[in-house]
Amino acid sequence: MTNLTHLSMSEALDGLKKREFTAVELTEEYVKAVEAARPLNAFITETPEIALEQAKASDARYAAGNNGPMDGMPLGIKDLFCTKGVLTTAASHILDGFKPAYESTITANLFRDGAVMLGKLNLDEFAMGSANITSYYGPVLNPWSGKDPAAEARKLVPGGSSGGSAASVSGRFAIAATGTDTGGSIRQPASFTGIVGLKPTYGRCSRWGTVAFASSLDQAGPMTRTVRDAAIMLQSMAGFDAKDSTSVNMPVPNFEAALTGDIRGLRVGIPKEYRVEGMPAEIERVWQQGIEWLKAAGAVPVEISLPHTKYALATYYVVAPAECSSNLARYDGVRFGLRVEGKDLQEMYENTRGEGFGKEVRRRIMIGTYVLSAGYYDAYYLKAQKVRARIAEDFTKAYEQCDIILTPTAPSTAFAIGEKQDDPIAMYLNDVFTVPASLAGLPGISVPAGLASDGLPLGLQLIGRPFDEETVLRVAGVMEQAAGSQPLPPFCR
Amino acid sequence: MSQDKATLDAKTVAKIAHLARIKVPEEEQAHLAEELNKLLGWVEQLGEVDTDGVAPMTSVAAQTLRRRPDQVTDGGYPDAVVLNAPDAAEHFFSVPKVVE
Repeated sequence: MTNLTHLSMSEALDGLKKREFTAVELTEEYVKAVEAARPLNAFITETPEIALEQAKASDARYAAGNNGPMDGMPLGIKDLFCTKGVLTTAASHILDGFKPAYESTITANLFRDGAVMLGKLNLDEFAMGSANITSYYGPVLNPWSGKDPAAEARKLVPGGSSGGSAASVSGRFAIAATGTDTGGSIRQPASFTGIVGLKPTYGRCSRWGTVAFASSLDQAGPMTRTVRDAAIMLQSMAGFDAKDSTSVNMPVPNFEAALTGDIRGLRVGIPKEYRVEGMPAEIERVWQQGIEWLKAAGAVPVEISLPHTKYALATYYVVAPAECSSNLARYDGVRFGLRVEGKDLQEMYENTRGEGFGKEVRRRIMIGTYVLSAGYYDAYYLKAQKVRARIAEDFTKAYEQCDIILTPTAPSTAFAIGEKQDDPIAMYLNDVFTVPASLAGLPGISVPAGLASDGLPLGLQLIGRPFDEETVLRVAGVMEQAAGSQPLPPFCR
Repeated sequence: MSQDKATLDAKTVAKIAHLARIKVPEEEQAHLAEELNKLLGWVEQLGEVDTDGVAPMTSVAAQTLRRRPDQVTDGGYPDAVVLNAPDAAEHFFSVPKVVE
């Protein structure tokens, strides 16, 4: 039999439908793969018992002929999604022992459609980071580090914040995974690990039951091995949810049907401002290659301008910390998680939060508190919100001339743990190409575009119009086809 | 915009830490001040953008918030509510004494 863990989700679904193997067999293979991948530290909590029980139920549904669209698919769940009765940590010390009494809408939707949960995946603490090095549970290693990543001198990061999700999908120990993206946390790790990562339009997927970081930016999405898998998984995740006040009540199209392969005449915007100074020639080369691929398929490249691009990161690093400082006020040692006693209530709060939050989270809460404080609100926060409006307006204008935008996903390939760690701003620059679409709430996808000269994967990003995931997926499918089959990471060879 | 801005010193850091209810040990305050200053200095570049007459963007979704009837739609499970409390007693959250 072929190696079951190397099948894509659409292939595995076919196999199950044709009774080539059972959901239990598939899940058992993945449970073994999860165990073998422990040196990568991608999981915070493994849930093999739940997985096997779900797989058994899945087989029963296949036998009865009432199987769902994702029936029997063994997924990794980013540990930012609340899962009923299963430890949910957000990779933070402050959520010690937290077992939600409810299920997030995203995981509930996936389980409704038959998905199986292998466990909860590691991430940057509260999804704040671009390298998965801020987790209380330790860093995640990229399967591209080597055959035995733990023994490598240069241990590569998987990107972040959805680092565990990216590593598990790339390393073939989850068939797909949920991610969340606030400023690039799905797309950048997808690029670093050679997988597909889709951030839907803000409002497409419910935020209910997902630990909040920056509420006006957070959006869940699929991380998969193929574009088709992303379409299948988004179909299950998306949809209106009355429990999320910013969930958008509009029909969810058939995403898989959008993969027609026909992009003739489509205008592809190439933003000149994304040619940033000091960008490696390699990135420029891959970007150019992407343009050629789309041209060969009949699309028409158009140079566009997004003049406020250079201000996106600074805008993000005012808006996101401001929202995070407000969202994270709930961790007070009273209702859930860690409590560190003090002589009075105030001191208990301060001790709990002082000990419970890691350095990056603390830094962002402090920045956020400052920019929202009396006397600085207008100068920082209000100003950033106005620049954000300018950035969103750039995209609106650009879409008068084009139908989709093509850019690199990240300014580099995966770097090693320890690099870029002394200077927060150097780390923030990882998201230079992903943050603008986040600020504008637009759908974006990262598609593997081959290997750089250092032998590591690089992704290309497509940014679409609001709620036009169909065009995003259609163009991504064409690009995937043009890029050809991608090599397995050394860890799986 | 720069006239409204101050350079953070250790004392300001202590004040922000208190506002955020995060204990920051004294020996870390100076270093943290330096870090925060660097970040605030970096975001100063936003001052270059002409935002006259621009309305601040508070939401990306071009929609007004939905309303619903003012009715109780959830609740009635106090066990689940206090399930994760570090210190709960009889369906209440306990905290250190705040009134003498």
